[in-house]
Amino acid sequence: MLLLVLPVASGLGSLLLAALGLWAPLGATNGAATVWQDLFDAPGLWPAVARSLTSGFAATLLALAATLLLLAGAGLRLRRWLGRLVAPLVAVPPLAVAVGLAFLIAPSGWIARLLSPWATGWQRPPDLLLLNDPAGLALILGLAVKETPFLLLVALAGLGEGEVERRLLVARSLGQGPAAAWFKVALPALYPKLRWPLYAVLAYGLGTYEVALVLGPTQPPTLAVLLLTWAQDPSLALWPRAAAGSLLQVLLVALALLVWRQGERRLGRLGRAWAARGGRGRLGWSRAGGGLAWLLLLLGLGALLVLPLWSLAGQWRFPAALPQLWSAELWQRQGPLVASTLGGTALLALATTGLALLLTLLALEHETLSGRPAGRGATLLLYLPLLAPPVALALGWGAALAGARAIGSWPALLWSHLVYVLPYVFIALAGPWRRIDPRHALSARALGLRRGAVFWRVRLPLARAPLLAAAAIGIAVSVALYLPTLVAGGGRFPTLATEAVALSSGGDRRLLAALALLQALLPLLAFLLALSLGRPRRFRRPPQGAIT
Amino acid sequence: MSAGLTARALALRLDGRRLFRPLDLAVAPGEVLLLTGPSGSGKSSLLLALCGLLPARFQLEGDWWLDGQDLRGLPPESRHLGLLFQEALLLPHLTVGENLGFALPRRPGETRQARRARIAATLAEAQLADYGERDPATLSGGQRARVALLRTLLSGPRALLLDEPFAALDPVLRAEIRALVAAQVRRAALPCLLVSHDPAEAAALGAKTIKLLPES
Repeated sequence: MLLLVLPVASGLGSLLLAALGLWAPLGATNGAATVWQDLFDAPGLWPAVARSLTSGFAATLLALAATLLLLAGAGLRLRRWLGRLVAPLVAVPPLAVAVGLAFLIAPSGWIARLLSPWATGWQRPPDLLLLNDPAGLALILGLAVKETPFLLLVALAGLGEGEVERRLLVARSLGQGPAAAWFKVALPALYPKLRWPLYAVLAYGLGTYEVALVLGPTQPPTLAVLLLTWAQDPSLALWPRAAAGSLLQVLLVALALLVWRQGERRLGRLGRAWAARGGRGRLGWSRAGGGLAWLLLLLGLGALLVLPLWSLAGQWRFPAALPQLWSAELWQRQGPLVASTLGGTALLALATTGLALLLTLLALEHETLSGRPAGRGATLLLYLPLLAPPVALALGWGAALAGARAIGSWPALLWSHLVYVLPYVFIALAGPWRRIDPRHALSARALGLRRGAVFWRVRLPLARAPLLAAAAIGIAVSVALYLPTLVAGGGRFPTLATEAVALSSGGDRRLLAALALLQALLPLLAFLLALSLGRPRRFRRPPQGAIT
Repeated sequence: MSAGLTARALALRLDGRRLFRPLDLAVAPGEVLLLTGPSGSGKSSLLLALCGLLPARFQLEGDWWLDGQDLRGLPPESRHLGLLFQEALLLPHLTVGENLGFALPRRPGETRQARRARIAATLAEAQLADYGERDPATLSGGQRARVALLRTLLSGPRALLLDEPFAALDPVLRAEIRALVAAQVRRAALPCLLVSHDPAEAAALGAKTIKLLPES
C-alpha cells in the first residue's frame, strides 16, 4: 500500500510545498503570495482553464451519449458482436489514437484525400484549421473517439446477458417503445456501474497531456500543456508557477467531479419522474443518435488503419487515396532505432506488469486466507492515481524523485509506472479472484493439500484467464504512459510514447506513424496472446455414443 | 478408546455465541449418522470445523476423537477427513482422471503408469471406464457426483463428512448415489457423518439421526 501512497502523497506534498513558496527542488523560492500572484498573472491561464473544462466535459458527454444511444437500439446479438469489436480499440493507447486521428482528419489527411477531388474539388490540401483548432473541437473528437469504446465495453459488461433483457420485456409489454423502455428501465440499472469509469473519463479528459498536445488548441493550449511548458522552461524560474498551477488543476478536477455528481443526481430525479409519469414517447430520434456512436467507432478504426499506411508510404501526393509508391525504406533506415525503442518499451511494460501481478496476487491471497477484504479507504487510495491529474502527479512526483536524486534510474521508472499499472491490474483481477468458489479450496484442503499448494494448484489455475487478461491490461497501461516515463526517466529513457510525442510537433511523419503503430500493436498483441492462452483447456472429445 | 468418530459436548461458537446445544456423537466404522436441523443451525459449519477449515471467528468446543486420536492440533490436510459438498466441485481445468490424480497421494517409488492404472481401475469399478480423459463439464450430474465421491475416497480418508450431498440430484439419481455412498461406507468401514435438512434421508439410509437444537 505504501508503494502506491508514497508517490501520490509525496507528489502532491512537494507540489504543495513549492506552491507555498517553502521549497523549490530546482530553483530559488519566493513567498507563497508571489508564487500565486505570478500564476494568476500568467498570460493565457484562464483561457487555458476554460479550454480544459469545455473539452473535458464535452468529450465525456459526447462519449456517454454515443454509448447510451447505441446501446438503446442494440439487441443481444449486436451487443455480443460490439463487445468483440470494441475490445481491441480499448487496448490502444490514447496517444496512438490521437496520432492516427490527426493523420485522418488533417486538411491533408485520409478523409480529405478520399473525398478529393471528386466531392470537394480540392487539388491541394485546403487551408483549414482542422487540427489544433482554437475551440478544441479536434481534441474533443479525439477524446470521444478514444473513450467511447471504453464506455461501451464497461456498459456491455455491466448489462450482462439475461437480467436487463427480462426487465426490458416487462417494460415493452407495458406499452413502452424499445428506446423509451431502455432509458426508463435499463439505464437506471446500468448507470451505477458506469459511474466510476465516467469519473475516470472526465478526469482524463480534463488532465490529458499527450492527446491535447497532438490535437488540442495551441495559442493558448489547455491547462495541462501550459503547465508542462512552464515546468520545462530551461531557466527553472517558472517551476513554482507550474507547481501552483498543478494544484489549481487538482482543484479543478475535484470541482468538475462534484459538478458531474450533482448533475447525475438531478438527472436521476428527472428520469424517475419521467418514468413514473407513464408517457408513451417513442424516442424515434435516439435511433439517429446511434449513428453518432458508429461514426466515432469508425473514426477510431480508421485512425488505426491509417498508421501502417503512412509508415509504408513512399511518395503520396495530395488527393491520391493511397500512396503512389510503397516503401519499407523507413523501417530499414530507422530499424535499429525503432527496435531499441520498442525493446525498451516492452521490457519496461513486462517488468512493471510482472511486479504488479505479483503484488496483486500477494494482496488477494492474503485477503483470501485472512477472510478480510481490503477496506474502503485502501481501495480508494488505490484508485487515486487514476483520478489525479497526470501532470500534477508527474510534476510533484518528479520533484520528489529529483530531491532523492533518483531521476533516470530503473527503480524510479518502474515505480512510476507501477503507480498506474497496479490499480488497473488489481481492478481486473480482484473481481474474478473473489468470485472463485471458496469450497474448491476447502475441498482441496480436506483432500490433503497444504495451504500453499491450494494457491498454486487450485486458485491460480482457476484464475488463469483473468490473470492473463490483467497482464495484458497492465502491458497496455504501461505502454501508453508518457508523462511518468518522461519525468522519472529524465528524458534519458526513450519509449514509443516519449518518442512519438517528441515527433508529433513536426517531425518525420512516417517515423511518427511507425512509432504510433507499434504503440498500438504492442497492447493488441498482448491481448491476443492473453485471449489465446486464456482459452478454456480443450479436452479430448467424448467418445461417440458414450454420453449417458 | 473406541474406533470411529466420537465426541463429547461438541458445540460451535460464532463470535462467542453458541449456535446449537452441545451434543454427544458416536459413529462406528461403516455406520452413517445423520445430522439435521434448520438452515442456519450450524450443521454445515460443524463439518468444516471438524476439518479445521473455519475462520477464527468460529470456535469448536468439546472433545472429539477419530479412532481414539485427538485431531485438534493437526492442519486440515493431515486430518484425513473426506469432505463432500452438495456440488461435485471438480476442478474445471483438469480431466476426470486428473481430478482423481489430484487427490491420490503419491506412493514412494510408484511409477506414473502404475498411478494411472490405479486411477483407471477406480474409474472402471464405478462404471466410468472410458471417462478418464473427459472434461468434467461434459458429465451428467450423477456422473459428477460419482467422480466426486471417488476423488474423496482415493485421498485415503479415515472418515467421511458429507454436506447435503444429494440435494442437487433428482429423485432417481439421489437413490442411486445414496446407495453408492452407503455401500462405499460399509466397504471401506468408514464412520460417516451426513448433514441434511431433510429428515427423510435417515429412513432411506437406515441411519441414526441427531437433530441440532437451537440454543434456548
